[in-house]
Amino acid sequence: MNLGARIAFFVAILIGIAATAVYILHPRALPAPAQATRPSAETRLLARGEYLARAGDCVACHTEINGKPFAGGRPMPTPFGALYAPNITPDEETGLGLWTADDFYRMLHQGVSRDGTLLYPAMPFASYTKVTRADSDALYAYLQSVPPVKQKNRPHELGFPFNNRDLLIGWRTLYFREGEYQPDPSQGAQWNRGAYLVQGLGHCAMCHTAINALGGSSESKAFEGGMIPNQNWYAPSLTSNREAGLGDWPLQDIADLLQTGVSHRGTTYGPMAEVVYNSLQYLSDEDAMAMAVYLKALPRRESEAPPTSQARLVDPAVMELGRKVYAVQCAACHGGEGEGHAPAFPPLKGNQSITMLSPVNSIRMVLNGGYAPGTLKNPRPHGMPPFAHLLDDEQVAAVVTYVRVAWENNGTPVTPAQANELRKLLPE
Amino acid sequence: MTRALSLLLATVGLALAGTPVRAQDATTPAFKEVDSIEARVQGCVTCHGNAGQGTRDGYYPRIAGKPAAYLFNQLVAFRDGQRKYPPMNYLVATLPDAYLREIAQHFAAQRPSFAPQTTVQADAATLERGRVLATQGDSRVNVPACTACHGVALAGMEPGIPGLVGLRSNYIVGQLTRWRVGDRHAAAPDCMARVAARLSDPDIAAVASWLAQQSPKDAAPEPANLQRMPYACGSTGAR
Repeated sequence: MNLGARIAFFVAILIGIAATAVYILHPRALPAPAQATRPSAETRLLARGEYLARAGDCVACHTEINGKPFAGGRPMPTPFGALYAPNITPDEETGLGLWTADDFYRMLHQGVSRDGTLLYPAMPFASYTKVTRADSDALYAYLQSVPPVKQKNRPHELGFPFNNRDLLIGWRTLYFREGEYQPDPSQGAQWNRGAYLVQGLGHCAMCHTAINALGGSSESKAFEGGMIPNQNWYAPSLTSNREAGLGDWPLQDIADLLQTGVSHRGTTYGPMAEVVYNSLQYLSDEDAMAMAVYLKALPRRESEAPPTSQARLVDPAVMELGRKVYAVQCAACHGGEGEGHAPAFPPLKGNQSITMLSPVNSIRMVLNGGYAPGTLKNPRPHGMPPFAHLLDDEQVAAVVTYVRVAWENNGTPVTPAQANELRKLLPE
Repeated sequence: MTRALSLLLATVGLALAGTPVRAQDATTPAFKEVDSIEARVQGCVTCHGNAGQGTRDGYYPRIAGKPAAYLFNQLVAFRDGQRKYPPMNYLVATLPDAYLREIAQHFAAQRPSFAPQTTVQADAATLERGRVLATQGDSRVNVPACTACHGVALAGMEPGIPGLVGLRSNYIVGQLTRWRVGDRHAAAPDCMARVAARLSDPDIAAVASWLAQQSPKDAAPEPANLQRMPYACGSTGAR
């Protein structure tokens, strides 16, 4: 072998080694998985539980402002004293760490804690009793998966006699009907899904059914509206077309109001904005629509006759003052004729939440303003400023009266005393 | 089109009304496009003015031109309850971070002219004490000058320190007092709490009176880290 052939031989060997090295070292696609990458059954259960926890808005009561999620401690003022929502993280000492799925289902379904204590109905077990065992198990699995927080429950601050839980036996006899949701075979799957969500996890009845002096709500009054205790907001009736009855609404507007916080017919503010922000915005389009279908189909029950023309009479001087205030302060957003710029600025003409019997929410909006909730589908909502510092009681009453009766709105006038009463109650 | 029409109608309504209830001013809702940040922040204008310049009456602070990170921190603190003022807590309770940041950036970029000074009821000795505290501090009680952190022109410093000019004395007194009693906090380490703890009531009144009398020329905050600050401040770190 001459020198040239030797060099060629070595070069050939080197090339061979290099090629082998490249072949071995070069990254390749990972071997195909045994089965297509799909979340495990466990992951799907937890995701479902998280979704249901949002539908049930657990976080709203069980998380202190700025506190760790689900660690409890948030005060809930009631007419009977302050209640403190408990820690529902899986901490074994202070939370639900030692609970079984059976314990959790009994609590949700019967309102009885693991140790047999009867729960106060601030926990909406009268609604949650409708939740299926499968959904309860998913919720349980999810809550067991969140970070445990060691935080002792704060004792409730209830006055006598409400601090005696034996009284709850009486309350339960009067107002509690235990039982999972039973589908109505005469209705479709979508209606039944909506009913399940509204009556069950959504616990809409907690606000939208009037609470009586015993803190109970009667089934015959379901969804007929009422003042929300200790919040000074009025939760309108969902069954009366004079209030928030949705019989006249297009389905998409109802679904939008729930999921987006705004619609072409009206906007959510105050406690309902919080519900949308914490809970309803996370619903799937299908579930929001199912709730809309059920709500729209609620049987219409007018609990009050429409106001007589006598009741709608307004002093012309009040009307003129209201019109002037409206032109300066309100027309830029709500339009010269109350037509609004929906969904950014809600219409006032033909808006049931303006004309309904209780003027509380309208007066509050004028005094304190409000922002629609920032949601996945409406992350940059428009808002209304407070006018409490610019308008006196007479002007507030006049402008609220004006929007309740102008443009063929069929509301009734409000008095400066009503404005004053709310002004004193509200934060300034 | 409907927008223009309704504005027209509103204007006509105003003209027909003869003497309007209130003259059109900085606190009256007004904007050009519904789909704009100006329209979205109408919820702020009756207290803070259309451009964040503050309003003639009351306690409501000027927010225009304050550093965006400062305004964002305050909005988040109002939403989450670390800073307590019920009307603000209520208004921003359900607004997400990204939107609060946009609102903060909007008002930080505004440069409206300053409102006329308010007359301050304070004697010459009080004002002099206020001037000394604001511009030199008081080493005997370990209080640094306001200008050491809030900028030589007291127009604030990027990214997190607010301007003090253009604020009214009752707002400044309110904030310093809240800080001193532990009612208002900033991100740890809370430098303002250290300062407020060393201020007496008369000192708070003096510095607030003097600050309220200053007429600023340049409203822009100083750039970050132009000078070394006497205390470590958590709020200087932008979120």
